[in-house]
Amino acid sequence: MGVELHEVSLSYEGSDLVIENLSAQIEDGEFIAILGASGCGKSSLLNLIAGLLQPTSGWLEVPKDGAAFMFQDANLLPWLSAAENISLALKLGGYPAEQRDVRVAELLRLVQLGQAGKKKPHELSGGMRQRVALARALAQDRQVLLMDEPFAALDAITRDMLHEELRNLWQQTGKTIIFVTHNVREAIRLSGRILVLSSHPGRILETRRISTQLRNDPAQSAALADELTTILRKEQRKHEHFDSAS
Amino acid sequence: MSTLTQRASRPAANAARQGRAKKTLDAFIAPIITVVVLISLWQIASWAVPIREDLFPGPGAVAAKLPEVLANGSLAAAVGTSLFRALTGFLLAVVIATPIALLLAHQPLARQGIGPLISAMQVLPSIAWVPAAIILFGLSNATIYTVLLLGAVPSIINGLLSGIDLIPRQYRALSTVLGANKRQHIWHVELPAALPGYVAGLRQGWAFAWRSLMAAELIAVGGSLALGVGSLLQRGRDLADLPLVMLVILVILLVGILIELLCFAPLERKLLRDRGMNRTGGKNG
Repeated sequence: MGVELHEVSLSYEGSDLVIENLSAQIEDGEFIAILGASGCGKSSLLNLIAGLLQPTSGWLEVPKDGAAFMFQDANLLPWLSAAENISLALKLGGYPAEQRDVRVAELLRLVQLGQAGKKKPHELSGGMRQRVALARALAQDRQVLLMDEPFAALDAITRDMLHEELRNLWQQTGKTIIFVTHNVREAIRLSGRILVLSSHPGRILETRRISTQLRNDPAQSAALADELTTILRKEQRKHEHFDSAS
Repeated sequence: MSTLTQRASRPAANAARQGRAKKTLDAFIAPIITVVVLISLWQIASWAVPIREDLFPGPGAVAAKLPEVLANGSLAAAVGTSLFRALTGFLLAVVIATPIALLLAHQPLARQGIGPLISAMQVLPSIAWVPAAIILFGLSNATIYTVLLLGAVPSIINGLLSGIDLIPRQYRALSTVLGANKRQHIWHVELPAALPGYVAGLRQGWAFAWRSLMAAELIAVGGSLALGVGSLLQRGRDLADLPLVMLVILVILLVGILIELLCFAPLERKLLRDRGMNRTGGKNG
């Protein structure tokens, strides 16, 4: 089962609408990117799906066991080692205690961190921290994985490597991934479908399917990237105008 | 390749160890020099100022008092009694303060009502409680412990509360997405995250406990009460023995400093180091 959003609106107390009448159907096993200018409500949408926020109106349907979440800044607990951070997710998810160590080792290997289990978050680089966060999200063993600009703070080389690993993981696990980003090229490279959100309030402005052929064709993907960038720039200007007016 | 890496990492580890040892040494050298300078100034002043030695004893006269109180065992007994009271009272304060702080952190209404009262109690000098405690409990250990608890408990509560207040909001979101219930959130996330604030509160709580104890022992003397360091101070006053008074003041100071240096400072350093919150921690990129 995927995720369904039906005319979902959200406003924070005493403020204008952040999301307005947003409807979308995300299929099981789909890799979808939500693209939008800064402050357009992308993260709020993810928080709604994760159950961290409640919609002001409308309804949404997510699998019964909820969704795993990967935060923008890894959000690892600094007093726990990489392995312990993953193990905590297993423990809270009710994973049997005697099998936890084996599963943690598997997950660390899966994200190419087989030797770094004992390291504390501050001893890891930004890319390694995000890999641990990814392993922790996978430890939750939920069909839906929500990712909130997880690679935004990383350098280009690390981001490139993680893109590749994430695509491989998605192909191996068949999870439904909802990936929020403001990076057009990232969205094209990773997802099978892109939802472009408008600014103030957040609504679906465009939907684009990304075929394997388009993704692998530099000319086609560059043309699409230009087109989407133009839309985002327009939305960004609208956003800035809204901010200066309010 | 791996052998090469091991060879390269050994000198680096040694250098790090030496760096830490130097830092520790530096941390001790500055206070020791300060103490030596202060004692020297005190000695010079006692020679220079034309006042009777029993009214303005120099460090020599105070040090000369030490063999006497060591020989009759009064100092060791008083330090033992006070330390036992301070540690027992402090542990009791921790046991009382911790659940109250957790309750206040999760019950906004209770915090609105009781929070200001607890902060006010922190401001009130503990010595103000001594007369009331003597009237209620007489010259007994109950009086001493009451004053000590009233001094230490508010600091520990406020320390844990501020530790919890400073927890990043994202940790709450993390607990939710990981499926933690409230008890699991408190145990696995909230308490460990609040630990630096809690330790700061414990540190302050210990200082208040020690100070309150001295105040209580100074006033509550006699009855069934064993002689503590504060009482020894009072005895010095009764005998107009200023060298004894000065010596006891130095002992009170020394015990406070030793507990700080041997318990709280290393605990705080370890906590911060483990979380990469010291100057050397952290990797970028």
